[in-house]
Amino acid sequence: MMTQWKLGVALAALVVAPQVAAEPSDREVQQIMKHDFHPKGQAKMDRLEQDAVQRICTATNDRPPAALAKTLEGDQMKAIVYPSDGLMGDWKEGAKIAWSGRGMQWNEDPKKPSGGGCYNCHQISPQRTSAGTIGPSLTRFGKIRGNGVETQKYVYGKIYNAKAYSLCSHMPRFGHTGSLTEQQMKDLTAYLLDPNSPVNK
Amino acid sequence: MRTITGIATCAAALALALSPAFAQQKSQFEDYQRMTAEGSPVELFELVGEELWTKPQGPKNVSLEKCDLGKGPGVLKGAHAALPRYFKDVDQVMDTESRILHCMMTLQGRSREEALKRPFGNADKPSEMEYLAAYVAGQSRGFRLNPGNRHPEEKASYELGKKLFYVRTGLWDFSCASCHGEEGKRIRMSELPVLSSPKAARPLMATWPAYRVSNSTFKTMQWRINNCFRQMRTPEPNFGSDTVNAVNMFLTTTAKGATYRGPGTKR
Repeated sequence: MMTQWKLGVALAALVVAPQVAAEPSDREVQQIMKHDFHPKGQAKMDRLEQDAVQRICTATNDRPPAALAKTLEGDQMKAIVYPSDGLMGDWKEGAKIAWSGRGMQWNEDPKKPSGGGCYNCHQISPQRTSAGTIGPSLTRFGKIRGNGVETQKYVYGKIYNAKAYSLCSHMPRFGHTGSLTEQQMKDLTAYLLDPNSPVNK
Repeated sequence: MRTITGIATCAAALALALSPAFAQQKSQFEDYQRMTAEGSPVELFELVGEELWTKPQGPKNVSLEKCDLGKGPGVLKGAHAALPRYFKDVDQVMDTESRILHCMMTLQGRSREEALKRPFGNADKPSEMEYLAAYVAGQSRGFRLNPGNRHPEEKASYELGKKLFYVRTGLWDFSCASCHGEEGKRIRMSELPVLSSPKAARPLMATWPAYRVSNSTFKTMQWRINNCFRQMRTPEPNFGSDTVNAVNMFLTTTAKGATYRGPGTKR
């Protein structure tokens, strides 16, 4: 469907304006980017190396074929490392991590802990009104879904690697990229699921 | 000057915060925006920029007055509104700031390193580039945005920019479209314009570069794109690189036809 549409536009462009410039290939775009960036602070050039997830999502405009998406999601899922001593941390710490938007940028001290920046995109606690809307609202998440082991595993896994659940999700892979520590992800899990957390009040 | 603006801003924000009438919030917000625009020191930036433009500098001790921004040496009227465009002398597509940098190097004999030592300033000390960009852009008020679109390199720059907009990259897998691809989305309380749509791109590109009231700084488009990449957790893009200029070309072409009315004043 998508391909046919693109093909149609390309053909129409050829007929109407034969001198139209060709789109650069994904590979060419990557080469141009590598030439046009420099490392700064903690942000090294390896951050421009696209992995399979980024490559496929770029190539398909975030709409990968279902079978391929399933395979790659499976690969991401296999790489999730779960803590051995339970998945629920301290929701009070989780509240701070969810609120903090710092971390992993070239101007920031990598020795200081990162935040999850969760409120940038999600409404979470009903008391916090300064919340973004790129992701779904997570208000009353634990109240609605309960806090059983499977739900804990889902929440922890989703924070660790959102691409294991939805390949071209806009949510960063916080565990996979080492942006958050195991303890921080446990604290966030508790923030969403603990019955005492303001999220579930 | 800044203090006065600060007080006016605080007063406006306070008035907004104290307002109990929710229904009136929208129009009050618009009032606030207008008030901040009226108290903006943009003109001051343009004036300092003009001084710097005409001041002999660099090893050759000449001013930038003979700089060719695409309309011929020394012609500033409407130049910014017609950028980015292809320049034969460098065989490259350049935007306003890239071309100013080029003139610093060629006319004034300055090294790239020296001219780019401090491309982005802060509230205490704005950069030379910011002052100059304010002055040059101000000379395009009333002109319609009409970036180059005939030369093959201009078309290639647009195509590259369009593709870059959707590239998933950086530590956190974002593309420009992750935040600027869907109507009606916000980061925290900041509304996110869908920059691939003319409706959103036109009013924005018509007002960059711009003064930012929230941190009392003057910001260029090179900074704006650089700062998006910072938040995308990539390494830093080179100032005036094909990548940054192509993104600018894509955005300006999307906004084509809008009447330039900057430098603007933003929250």
